[in-house]
Amino acid sequence: MTETLAIEAKDLTRRFGGFTACDRITFDVRVGEVFGFLGANGAGKTTAIRMLTGLLAPTSGEATVAGYDVYTQGEAIKRHIGYMSQRFSLYEDLTIAENIRLYGGIYDLSDRQIHDRMRAMLSRLGVGGASDELVRAIPLGWRQKLAFLVALLHEPRIVFLDEPTSGVDPITRRQFWELIYEAASSGTTVFVTTHYMDEAEYCDRISIMVAGRIGAIGTPGDLKARFGTNSIDEVFVRLARPTDGSTN
Amino acid sequence: MGPLTSSVASGFSRTSALRGLLIKEAYHIMRDRRTLAVITLMPVLQVILFGYAIRTDVQHVRLAIVDPAPDHETLALRSRFGATDEFRVVAVVPKAADLEPLFQRGTAEEAVVFEPGFAERLGGGLPARVLIVTDATEPNTGSVVAAYALSVIQAYERERLPVLLKPATSGGRAAGERTIRIGAEVRTRFNPTRESSNLFVPGLIAFVLTLISSLMTAISLTREKETGTMETLLVSPLRPWQIIVGKVTPYLAIGFVSVLGVVAEARLVFNVPLRGSLLLLLAEGLLFILVSLSLGILISAQTSSQRVAMLGALVGTMLPTMLLSGFIFPLESMPWPLRVLSNIVPARWFVTVARSIMLKGVGLAYLWQETLVLVAMATMLLALSTRTFRARLE
Repeated sequence: MTETLAIEAKDLTRRFGGFTACDRITFDVRVGEVFGFLGANGAGKTTAIRMLTGLLAPTSGEATVAGYDVYTQGEAIKRHIGYMSQRFSLYEDLTIAENIRLYGGIYDLSDRQIHDRMRAMLSRLGVGGASDELVRAIPLGWRQKLAFLVALLHEPRIVFLDEPTSGVDPITRRQFWELIYEAASSGTTVFVTTHYMDEAEYCDRISIMVAGRIGAIGTPGDLKARFGTNSIDEVFVRLARPTDGSTN
Repeated sequence: MGPLTSSVASGFSRTSALRGLLIKEAYHIMRDRRTLAVITLMPVLQVILFGYAIRTDVQHVRLAIVDPAPDHETLALRSRFGATDEFRVVAVVPKAADLEPLFQRGTAEEAVVFEPGFAERLGGGLPARVLIVTDATEPNTGSVVAAYALSVIQAYERERLPVLLKPATSGGRAAGERTIRIGAEVRTRFNPTRESSNLFVPGLIAFVLTLISSLMTAISLTREKETGTMETLLVSPLRPWQIIVGKVTPYLAIGFVSVLGVVAEARLVFNVPLRGSLLLLLAEGLLFILVSLSLGILISAQTSSQRVAMLGALVGTMLPTMLLSGFIFPLESMPWPLRVLSNIVPARWFVTVARSIMLKGVGLAYLWQETLVLVAMATMLLALSTRTFRARLE
């Protein structure tokens, strides 16, 4: 209904047997926002992403993505989101152009659209002549940026990035974030998980997950002020190791 | 871009998305030349290797002959033994006691003992007895070579009967009873030459095809899980059936090439007859491959590592096919629980089909039941694997 919210989650819960991976998480992501989704390994980030992208059914709670309900409108959600998995999502034994054509076909783009967008994409990356290069043969930094642009190929309303910059050098990370900003400024909502705390500072708003719950949510400035620290890193450490009530 | 436009657009996506998947899979296969070579040549090579390794025909049996009083009949029979490929006469001794050391040293594995006065008794219409002794440390080989020797003697007997009967018509008893009396006649139908390759090669075809096919899909799907591309496909609007059709079709084509290869090999290398319709055999082969490919998909659904998938495909197809398809061990002689269990082994049905088409030359009129079972298995496995794909999304 509300065009201002890209993602809306309310008491979203997922249990695996007796283990609650996501415990009643509630948050909103606004359209065009860069939303950082932080949390230690095993805090429930991936489970949350999997529920929002339709890979996993929630146990209880509500959520809409791009205005569609995660329980009943999974197919519609899939058409309107882009996704870049933690592991590399392009086929290494296909060329750049073949990968783009494959994903274009999967998302039902016309040959004309695929052709035009491919050209724009390659010139943006400055690799116009490399379209017939096998993905395996290009440097990791390029691949990562390419994978991001391929996730944007069908012009999704929301793009989910699961630790997109893990394992790349600082310069590439910087360039990657430039691409993220470009996407956001053209109206795409960016939902990104990371464990680089400096990257959290680049986000419009962040949420920090701790043991299946959302520990804190707000702009990086807000959170730092609220916890009286001068870096997100410290906010994170405070949340992850609560001192109140425990004796360790 | 509301739900309405997207549902209209999805009307187009089906073909182009699927075509894209097929093209992609074709690139995977063609760029990985080594794997392509392995999966197309392996069936042909395996059939050769296994085909020669698990033959049960016996050649050059080391035969000792005990002939206490050589006469024209025993000499003629001895030369018959010497003339066949199956036997190699290693010793001719005068008395049965001399056999013992020959057997113990392994110089002889079989002996034929004539009684004294062989020709005389035959001529006189009396039973002339021959004793066949075999080394049964390997019981199967033992009974096979005994049957060989018996058949040589019987062939000789059939030839000599008319001649022998003429001077001895006064005997009055039936010819069969009074000549050479040893055991019962062994009859083999459909495989009169007792070529084991006739029996084994159709089974081998099943074995090799099921192994390769299930490996292909199991590995290629788990590879996508390992590299992470599977997740991207699952998040896309692709339907589970599209992903599965996109995977199965290219490998079905490769599998078909393998079928052509092994059938040609059966004909040309092992001289297995093809008495029935080649077209039917190829179609059944394709159906059987489809079943195996679906099995591979199902195996890949249970694991996300290529290694485990490979092991699963090997164990899941190799053992049941080897043990419970009737390929090596006859199902008829198994206890009933195993016989019942064998019904769920796809190869059990295909082995019957392949043998019947190749050796008996029968058509669909006789094989519709087996065919139907295979069709049902393919449908069920494909439906099940589509469901496991969906289940993983839940």
